[in-house]
Amino acid sequence: MWLFLYSEIILFGGLFVLYAVYFHNHAQYFAEGGKELNRVIGALNTIVLLVSSFTVAASITAIQREKKGQAIGLLLFSLFCGVIFLVNKYFEWGAKIHHDIYPNSATLQDGAPGLNIFFGLYYVITGLHGLHVIIGMVLLSISLAMILRNRITAARFSMLENSGLYWHLVDLIWIFVFPLFYLVL
Amino acid sequence: MEKAEKPHVLGYGQLALVLGLLLILTGLTVAVSYVHLGFWNVPVALSIASLKASLVLLFFMHLKYEGRVIRYSFISTVLFLAVMIGFTFWDVAFR
Repeated sequence: MWLFLYSEIILFGGLFVLYAVYFHNHAQYFAEGGKELNRVIGALNTIVLLVSSFTVAASITAIQREKKGQAIGLLLFSLFCGVIFLVNKYFEWGAKIHHDIYPNSATLQDGAPGLNIFFGLYYVITGLHGLHVIIGMVLLSISLAMILRNRITAARFSMLENSGLYWHLVDLIWIFVFPLFYLVL
Repeated sequence: MEKAEKPHVLGYGQLALVLGLLLILTGLTVAVSYVHLGFWNVPVALSIASLKASLVLLFFMHLKYEGRVIRYSFISTVLFLAVMIGFTFWDVAFR
């Protein structure tokens, strides 16, 4: 599992390098673009992901202590957080698209190239991250089902642990996405 | 990935403490973004992010309690990333 996580880190790392180089070249437009983003929703999503990461870690503790009910509750709460994150993202993207800011939109095509690059990267990175949130939720749901069927127990919880690791990675990536996109200057 | 030995169990209290620290750091990074530091804005934001990432890795992901193989392989991944970013900037900055 860790090997796979390394490859994910490099994947997002590559995108961040892309971000860094364009930021170097178009710092002013990136700051302008960052102001367009809603930092309240961004901060809210950060908190949601951090809390859900905590509940996933706590559910592993619960399983290790053979508290099945607690583990199920904590996982359900984590999934709920994932849904909240995606709903927030939906409203955020919806507002952007409503303001004619999306790949290939007239505003971006006729506007400054720096802004176009900023929002291009924004959609690619948050989109890929959103995809990871969905995959993480699927993995957590599978773990939840396995706990319900007693396939995950205190003696063997690798599946839950690995789903948890994936979920934490999603959180980890967001920790870097949030300041880079929402808080630049 | 597979661990035969008894895994380390983190208590809810410890995990909650980590969560509290993470939330405080989130507040800090938002607060700092309102202060105009010029060049230092990005390094400060990234340092806080790295600190948060370390907390998640060490405690939520149990990296602190993993064996040597995972610990060193993780460090080499981060080093590889650092080389990648470093050399890219070497190129971009001095072009």
